[in-house]
Amino acid sequence: MQAERKSETLTGWLLAAPLTLVLLFFLILPIAMIFVVSFWGATEFSIYPAFQFDNYQFLFSSPVTYQVFAKTFMYAGVTWACTLVIGFAVAHFLAFHVRSLTWQIALFLLCTIPFWTSNIIRMISWIPFLGRNGIANSTLMELGIIREPLEWLLYSDFAVILAFVHLYTLFMVVPIFNTMMRIDRSLIEAARDNGASGFQILTNVIIPLTKPGIMIGSIFVVTLVMGDFVTVRIMSGSQSANVGRLISNDIGLLQYPSAAATAMVLLATVLIMIAIMLRFVNIRKEL
Amino acid sequence: MTKTDLPKTDLPKTGASRRAVLRGAAATAALAATNTIGAPMIWAQNIKDVTLRQFGTGVSNLNEVAQKVKEDLGFTLEMTALDSDSVTQRAATQPNSFDIADIEYWICKKVWPTGNLQAMDTTKIKYYDKISPIFTTGKLRPDSVVAQGTAPSKVGFVTEEGSKEFAAEPTRWMTLIPTIYNADTLGIRPDLIGRPIEHWSELLNPEFKGKASILDISSIGIMDMAMTCESMGEIQYGDKGNMTREEIDKTIAIFTEAKKNGQFRAFWKSFDESVNLMASGEVVIQSMWSPAITAVKTRGIPCVYQPLAEGYRSWGGGLGLSKALSGLELDAAYEYINWYLSGWVGGFLMRQGYYSAVPETSKEFMSENEWGYWYEGKPATGDIVSPQGQKLAAAGETRDGGSYDERMGHVACWNSVMDENQYMVRKWNEFIAS
Repeated sequence: MQAERKSETLTGWLLAAPLTLVLLFFLILPIAMIFVVSFWGATEFSIYPAFQFDNYQFLFSSPVTYQVFAKTFMYAGVTWACTLVIGFAVAHFLAFHVRSLTWQIALFLLCTIPFWTSNIIRMISWIPFLGRNGIANSTLMELGIIREPLEWLLYSDFAVILAFVHLYTLFMVVPIFNTMMRIDRSLIEAARDNGASGFQILTNVIIPLTKPGIMIGSIFVVTLVMGDFVTVRIMSGSQSANVGRLISNDIGLLQYPSAAATAMVLLATVLIMIAIMLRFVNIRKEL
Repeated sequence: MTKTDLPKTDLPKTGASRRAVLRGAAATAALAATNTIGAPMIWAQNIKDVTLRQFGTGVSNLNEVAQKVKEDLGFTLEMTALDSDSVTQRAATQPNSFDIADIEYWICKKVWPTGNLQAMDTTKIKYYDKISPIFTTGKLRPDSVVAQGTAPSKVGFVTEEGSKEFAAEPTRWMTLIPTIYNADTLGIRPDLIGRPIEHWSELLNPEFKGKASILDISSIGIMDMAMTCESMGEIQYGDKGNMTREEIDKTIAIFTEAKKNGQFRAFWKSFDESVNLMASGEVVIQSMWSPAITAVKTRGIPCVYQPLAEGYRSWGGGLGLSKALSGLELDAAYEYINWYLSGWVGGFLMRQGYYSAVPETSKEFMSENEWGYWYEGKPATGDIVSPQGQKLAAAGETRDGGSYDERMGHVACWNSVMDENQYMVRKWNEFIAS
């Protein structure tokens, strides 16, 4: 009896071991490394082991850091709101308005088609479209809506957010659609029988039941936007910076310790944000 | 380049097949032709197994060169093209990932102290005496003044073999073998500007609000800023290539204000970004590199590399040898360098608007028309075409800026790293984030 239990424990450990090892080597160890390096010192061309707070001190004393973090939050916030509205609308349409499963699957696949090409390509294809002499401007001008080309379409915060929304809306659609499909249709019928209007059904039945999906989607979008650097660089024409760019600039200039320190601060920020989000919804219930 | 100067008896007498021996002979002949001593190449066969890994910025990492190396020298040259930041990073941190570093002189100043590169013995460089004096003494003509910044002559030599200290005068030990260089200035779209541009200060002229750009590579961008601020009469620099903190602050402040006023459309970091900005008309005046101008022109869009009164900002690159190179690979690297300077590459690069470190040898690989147009600044007598076969200029046109002496004689400063580099970089980050 005892031996049997022992072997069960052993099997348990063995089953957990591969994942633990993978996480240990490819997640915990690198992060620990970054943490250690963030206290190191750097000269122009090399880094040396040390235990100093210079990197953090510089980071927290520079007004640029706060500006850049504010900008990063702004990008994350606006992108989150846009992707949520669009993602929810698309998921709602797919889940409740499209009746046949075949069509649901077909339309869902349609949503994923843009993801068959690379991220960068999808982003860069906006540039000729939004440019001063691009399709958007020339169309608007031909229609007589504007006289002068709109300068803010490209190389602006607008362009950055547009690209983010385009790139990441699907990450919102998928989890929301998934939870919506699990909602028991009889609940909606019951609500209707009790005289609820369409809007009331949405706010009192569907939204509360889709919360876990919304939260999972939000975590995806927020972490992706917070960690991005290439979209911001390309779409803002290098004119705006977010935290990712700060890190990438430091790496480019061989300032690894300072990059590591910034990365640690970013990691902490994102973790806090996710912790707050998880306080609202228990997503484990859904997994 | 005759094969007859090869002593037949020196051919390797191994049991190799006739074909292998012939191939070896061909490679040996090519080598012997470019080798100073013409010594017997015992390793003629082995050399085909040698692979040299070269990395550098896109400008000279051309597949055509690798192909020609295979044809002429027999060994394989692997090329990797990266941007300047990545090049610096790799040269400084991953010495075993390359054999030959194709880097700029300012990168050399930064990377040399890491000890990842080894100095070259100039006595093994066949064309050493013919290398342009810009790279040895720093003076194009005996009466010229060495320009500001990291002029190649300032970091071109080390005091002795294995030393990490740069020598003030040419010595036997060279850090980089100069390959290509050029004088940079602003690129403009004459059709969209419609008036002559003569000064660097035009970059911040409100007339071009929302249509200007500079490059987002701090060490080069700050120089273009300095050229502009000096031209505006706002700042007088002691040395633009080595500014004081105060000078950096002032310079960045002027550009930050311009940025806030919407002067810039975008900043660019890679070559093709600059081409697209210019070709699409998003930008009409910006810092630019010569081949980018060429690339815009080949699309049939007018673009001028505008010579300006204050002079050029110049840059130069060279080949450095990895510390890890030795034996056969090292010999092959010297062969490669001697071949590089022997003219074919020079001709190839000069037809794209760069200069070769040994201009004389390139002449043989260019037509009289090409040499006249690119080097002497004479009007073209026929069509000027790029090595890729695209037409760049018609008969009668002259090169922007004129002859070699005219352009390289007006270099105001060289790309550089400053003593206050870290401070400058932080300020640059502020500028981008502002």
